[in-house]
Amino acid sequence: MSTPVTTSTPAPARTAIPAHQRGLGGRLLAAVLTPGGAVFVLAAVLLVATIQANPNFGDPGVIMLFLGRTAPIAIAAIGQYYVIVSGEFDLSMGAVIGTQVVLAGNMIGEDPDKVVPVTVLMLLVGAAVGFANGVLTTLLKVPSFIVTLGMMLALGGLVSYLTGGAATGNPVDEFREIGRGRFENVPVLEFLPYPLIILVVLAIAATLLMRRPFGRNLLAVGDNPESAERSGTSVWWLKTRAFMISSLAASVSGILLVGYAGVHPSVGDGYEFTAITAVVLGGVLLGGGRGWVLSAAAGAIALELLFTLLTVKEVESTWRDTVQGVIIIVAVAVAARGWQAGRRPRGSARRAPSTRIPTTPTPGTTNGDN
Amino acid sequence: MPATSVVLQARGLTKSFVGHTVLEDVDLELRAGEVLGLVGENGAGKSTLMKILAGVHSPDSGTVELNGEAVSFSHPVQAQQAGISTVFQEFNLLPERSVAENIYLGREPRRLGLVDVGQMHRDTEELLTGLGVTGLRPGQRVRSLSVAEQQIVEIAKAVSYDARIISMDEPTAALAEHEVELLYGIIGTLTARGVAILYVSHRLKEIFRLCDTITVLKDGRQVTTQPASSLDDAELVRLMVGRSISSFFPDPVEGTVVGEPALELRDAGNGYVDGVDLTLRAGEVVGIAGLQGSGRTELFEGIFGVRPFTRGTMSIAGTQVRPRSPRAAIRAGLAMVTEDRKATGLALNQTILDNALGVVRAVFPRRTAQARRDVPGLLSSLEVSARATDQEVQFLSGGNQQKVVLARWLTTEPRVVLMDEPTRGIDVGAKHSIYELMRSLAADGVAVLMVSSELPEVIGMSDRILVMRDGRLAGELPAGSSEETVLQLATGVTVAPTTTTPAPTDAPTEEVAR
Repeated sequence: MSTPVTTSTPAPARTAIPAHQRGLGGRLLAAVLTPGGAVFVLAAVLLVATIQANPNFGDPGVIMLFLGRTAPIAIAAIGQYYVIVSGEFDLSMGAVIGTQVVLAGNMIGEDPDKVVPVTVLMLLVGAAVGFANGVLTTLLKVPSFIVTLGMMLALGGLVSYLTGGAATGNPVDEFREIGRGRFENVPVLEFLPYPLIILVVLAIAATLLMRRPFGRNLLAVGDNPESAERSGTSVWWLKTRAFMISSLAASVSGILLVGYAGVHPSVGDGYEFTAITAVVLGGVLLGGGRGWVLSAAAGAIALELLFTLLTVKEVESTWRDTVQGVIIIVAVAVAARGWQAGRRPRGSARRAPSTRIPTTPTPGTTNGDN
Repeated sequence: MPATSVVLQARGLTKSFVGHTVLEDVDLELRAGEVLGLVGENGAGKSTLMKILAGVHSPDSGTVELNGEAVSFSHPVQAQQAGISTVFQEFNLLPERSVAENIYLGREPRRLGLVDVGQMHRDTEELLTGLGVTGLRPGQRVRSLSVAEQQIVEIAKAVSYDARIISMDEPTAALAEHEVELLYGIIGTLTARGVAILYVSHRLKEIFRLCDTITVLKDGRQVTTQPASSLDDAELVRLMVGRSISSFFPDPVEGTVVGEPALELRDAGNGYVDGVDLTLRAGEVVGIAGLQGSGRTELFEGIFGVRPFTRGTMSIAGTQVRPRSPRAAIRAGLAMVTEDRKATGLALNQTILDNALGVVRAVFPRRTAQARRDVPGLLSSLEVSARATDQEVQFLSGGNQQKVVLARWLTTEPRVVLMDEPTRGIDVGAKHSIYELMRSLAADGVAVLMVSSELPEVIGMSDRILVMRDGRLAGELPAGSSEETVLQLATGVTVAPTTTTPAPTDAPTEEVAR
C-alpha cells in the first residue's frame, strides 16, 4: 500500500442526502411499526374494546372523566421518561407525591392566600429532590436504582413521622379545584377537566423539549454515555436535570391527586412502578437511548384503559399488580427487539450489524456511567 | 494430505436479505495448505460469505462441498464439527476464565466426572507449542492478556477443533505491527500442516505477504480470483473500488500554508505519558507512530482532557490552556476522533443527523440551527452514502460511520483535529476520502494530528512523523521516512544496544526527547 496507485476519476458528485427516507405517510407507518408507535395503536384498540364491553364508556363525558383521572399517571410517566431515556431510574416518584400531598394538606390549610406560595414551595421541594437524586447518581456514582430507592424510603419515613401515617390537614377548595375542576359547556366534549388541560400543555412542552439540544443530548447520553462524554456533554448536569424534571412531574401529579384522592400520605404509593410500567409499555428502552416522550404518555393511557377494561370485565382489582408485573416484563422484552427491527432501513438488511439487543439493566446494576 | 488438494469448493453462492442481494453467484475454492485472501470494500459481501461458511447464514442458492461431499449447515456448531472454524473480529472469550478453560470450553477433559485441569493444561500447552507460541501460560486469565494474545487464544481454540479450514476476519485490525509477525508465524505453521486459510483483510500489504490466491468481491459479486503473484497494489485497489485512485495518499493541497503554532505542549505528562514536547502548526498533518501501549492514545487523551495532563504546559493558538474535560477541550478549539467509533464515537441508535449534530448540541447549543443547515452539505462533501439523514447510524457501513464521526467534529469548526486510528476497519474508498479530508482541513488552516498503527498511512500522510516509545516522544522523522527507520525508533532496539543512548537512525532531523 506504500506504493502510490494510479490515476483518477474524481469522485462522482453526489446529490445531497435527503432528510427523510420516505414521505410523511411512510414515516408514520414506519413509526407505528416500532414499539413507540405501536402503543398508540394499542391504546386505540383498548379504547374500542372497552367501549364494546361497556357502551357507556363511549360517552364523551365519561371519556373526559377517564382522561382527567389518568392525567396524573400520564404526567408522572412523562417525567419518568426523561430519567429512563437517559439510562437511569427514578423510584422516588411515589414518595415525592406523598410528600407533596402532605405538604399541601398541612401548609395551605384553610387559607386561600397560601395556595400560590405553597404551590411554588412544593415545586421547589420537587426540584430539590430531583437535584439530590441527580447529583448522588452522577457525581457520587451510586446507581440511580439505589439512590432513588433510598430517597423513596427516606421521604416515606419522613412523611410517616410528620403525619403519624394518617391523613392530616385538608387544603382549601381553591387548591383542590386544580385536580378536580373542569371547564363546563365545551362543545362535543361536554366539559374539559383541568388535569387534562395540564397534561396536554405538559405533553406539548415535553415534546418540544425533546427536540431541543437538551432532549437530543439526553437521548445520546442514554444511548452511549462514553461517546457523549467525549463529545463534550456535561453528563452529570444533563442527567441531573432529567431527575429534576421527573421529580417536578411527580410534584404536579401530587397537586392534581390532592384534588380527588384527598390528603393521605399513601396516595402516591406504587406510583413509581405505574409510571415505569407506562413508560416501558410506551416502548421506551430501559437503559436509555430510544423512545418517544408522547409514547410514554400514551403508555399511561393504554395502561389505565386496560385496567378499566378489566374492571368492566369484572376481573377482581386485586389482579392489578399482577397484570402490571407481566406487562413490564413483556414490554421490556418486546421493546428491545422491536426497535431494532422497526428502524432498519426498509428493504435492506444489507450490512446489518449484529442485531445488538440492548440489555436491560437489572436492579442494582448500572447501564452507563452512573 | 497432498498440498494442493481442494478441501472446500463453493459454487454459485447467493444470499439476499429482505429482497436485497448481498451475495450473488460467488464461487470459492480453498486448497489445503494455502491462504486465500478475500478482499473488497465494506459491504462487498465478505462477511456474509464468511458467515455462510461458518454456518451462521445459509445460502439462498449455491452449493458448498467439503472434500467432495455436499454439506449444508444450519448452525455454527455443525460447521465447526465439519472442520471449519472461524475467528471473528470480535472475540468470543470469557475474560475471567483461563486460557485453557476458554479453549476447551464445553468439552473439558474429564476424570471421574470432574474437569481434569492438569490434562487440560497439558493439552493447551501442547497446542500452543505446536503453533510456535511461547510465553502464554494455560492458567493465565484471558483478561490479563493483550489483544494479540487473545487473538492467539481464539486461533488456538479454532485449531483445537481439528479445523481443516480456518477463516479469519480482519485478524490484524487490533494488532500492533510487531504482533502481526506473530500471527504470520502461526499462519505459516498452520498452512504447513495442511490447513486451508480464508483471510479477510483491508490491509493490502498483508494480503500480498500471506495469500497464495486472492478473490475480490464488489457489491456482492465476484470480480476476480487470481494468483496473488499476478496482481499488484494498484491493480488490486482498482479491482476493489472499481475505479482507479490518483494517488492512494493525496499530496498536500496546493496553497496549503503552514502557519502559526496551533497546539504546543511543553514537558506535558499525565499518568501514562511524560515529558512530551510538541509543536503542531496550522496547516500541518503530523502523524504519530509507535507500538501499541507506547502511549499514543493516552497522549491524545491528555490533550483532550479525558486524562488531563498533570505536568507541563499546553497552549492552543498561543493561549495557555489545560482542559480538565473533553468539554473544555472542545471549547478551546480541539476535536478528537476516537479510536473506536462504536464504543466512544457514535450513538448508534440515533440518526445520522443527530449524530452529526451531537457535539454542537452538547457544547455550542446556540449554533445548532446553523450547523443543521450545514450538515447535508458536509455529509455530501464527505461522500457519505446513506438513504437519508434520518437513517440510524448503526445501519451504515464502517466507512460511512467513520465519516459521520468526522462530520460531527467538523461542525464545531475546530482549530486542531486529533485523529486516533482514523481509518481502522474501513474500506479503501472510504480511507481515501478521509485522507483527502485531512489534506483539505490542512489547506483550510486546521492542524491535524493523527495516530495510526498502519505505517504506510503514517508515512504517506504525514508532513512530519513523531514516534512514541514508552510514553515519551522518541523522536521526529521527516515525511517519507522508511518503515524501518520508524520501527527502529519505535522499538528503540535495532542498532542501539541500550535504551539510554538514542537510537541512531539515518533521519537527519531526528531529535530525541531526553
